[in-house]
Amino acid sequence: MLILTCPYCGVRADETELSPGGEAHLTRHGPGSSDDDFHGYLFTRENPRGVHFERWRHAYGCGKWFHAARDTMTLEVFGTYPAQTTEPPRDICDAITARHPGWNWRDFS
Amino acid sequence: MKRYSAFAIAREALRNHTGWTRAWRAADPKRSYDVIIVGAGGHGLATAYYLGKNFGITNVAVLEKGWLGGGNTGRNTTIIRSNYLQDPSAAIYEKSRALYETLSQDLNYNLMFSPRGVIMLAQTQHEVRGYQRTAHANALQGVTTEFISPAKVKELVPIINLSGPRYPVLGGLWQERGGTARHDAVAWGYARACSDMGMDIIQKCEVTAIRREGGKVVGVDTSKGPIDCRKLGIVVAGHSGVLADMAGFRLPIESVALQALVSEPIKPCMDVVVMANTVHGYMSQSDKGEMVIGGGADGYNNYTQRGSFHHIEETVRALIETFPMVSRLKMLRQWGGIVDMTGDRSPILSKTPVEGIFINCGWGTGGFKAIPGSGWGMAELMAKGHSPLTDAFSLDRFRQGRFIDESVAAGVAH
Repeated sequence: MLILTCPYCGVRADETELSPGGEAHLTRHGPGSSDDDFHGYLFTRENPRGVHFERWRHAYGCGKWFHAARDTMTLEVFGTYPAQTTEPPRDICDAITARHPGWNWRDFS
Repeated sequence: MKRYSAFAIAREALRNHTGWTRAWRAADPKRSYDVIIVGAGGHGLATAYYLGKNFGITNVAVLEKGWLGGGNTGRNTTIIRSNYLQDPSAAIYEKSRALYETLSQDLNYNLMFSPRGVIMLAQTQHEVRGYQRTAHANALQGVTTEFISPAKVKELVPIINLSGPRYPVLGGLWQERGGTARHDAVAWGYARACSDMGMDIIQKCEVTAIRREGGKVVGVDTSKGPIDCRKLGIVVAGHSGVLADMAGFRLPIESVALQALVSEPIKPCMDVVVMANTVHGYMSQSDKGEMVIGGGADGYNNYTQRGSFHHIEETVRALIETFPMVSRLKMLRQWGGIVDMTGDRSPILSKTPVEGIFINCGWGTGGFKAIPGSGWGMAELMAKGHSPLTDAFSLDRFRQGRFIDESVAAGVAH
């Protein structure tokens, strides 16, 4: 059972209380963007075997969207943080680097 | 290769079974091959087999990180059907189903193919309309399916409870020629036939890098050393993204865990496959008597080959209403496989941005049924550069908006 702490209301919620929302920190390319960018935004995903940043919604709680950093191989959760950001906060990056030396944000696989 | 036959069994019975040989050779990698297939699951081995059989390309190695057929080939619920909606899907799945009918004879290996029939239950008005539409589409595609009444469902499945209350059975999409096969035997049969053609099947050989020169593939680095090749087929299901990353491109794929479970063996009680897509549950009875139950997929990315318990709970809760007698069954085993999901729930069989690399992935929750057809098409694609079976499933269909939307036919249940 996956357990994430909602960064807004502080509830330790198990996954039945949450709705997964896919990869986080996508750049929303829209009208006027190149075909490559738009295709990438719509379809291409990191899908890493390891550290994954993803969106979750506290659907049966406060209802808010937040982000989580999680390892898809071990299900280890490195932390959750509010969604109003374009990159993960420092402390979460540090927690990941402590576990995976040499890991860098946006330097996947 | 010694042929398997009734005569061979009698002969071996008379000499204490000392004459059986290994079904396939354990091989060490050569320096180079014409074609390397990464992934010795059903799809990879079928690709290699039809490369040899249909195109005479036998200087082939099939590399496998773990053991043969140890991924999703050994983890699925063995259902074979071809009642899809879109024309390209119907073509490849029906080709596959048709190949399964004679595959045991073709491979000289008993796949225990059992065309016992598959019902997809319609449990909402929406599903009734959807499956009637599919039945009409199948009629145009030359796939024999029929929308049947609840009374006919009851006749085919005496243990079913039609009246709900939560999930009443309003009808069903019936494919009489669908069924099941022994999943491991499919991989073993193909492996034996490939080995017999002189191909090398190399287990415990993990690909660690893909070597390219001037935008063209020249070989792979593996845990058993570097191997050169002229063409490379990536057929690794859930780990496709990892291999694509090594080759320097990305895929429109996300990997999630899909679960299944089996009960204790009981006496024969259901001789068809029943799928209930509304409740994300499907069930058939294996030859051993176990009820084989497929569940739902997790909603989040996962490579752990196990799934969330609450999906099992949801599946079983719904099945108990539809099949009240299973409520007292004990479940023996539960397991998960990593399925590679595309946005339109259809597979990708395609050339890639790297010349000489071909990819076969994205079968999502329903690859087992497609193994022979997928191998047939993929082999033609790799040998000739295109195939009528696979052209619509190219990687660029997402950019071009040519989706093959099978989210209804393939949403979860296979």
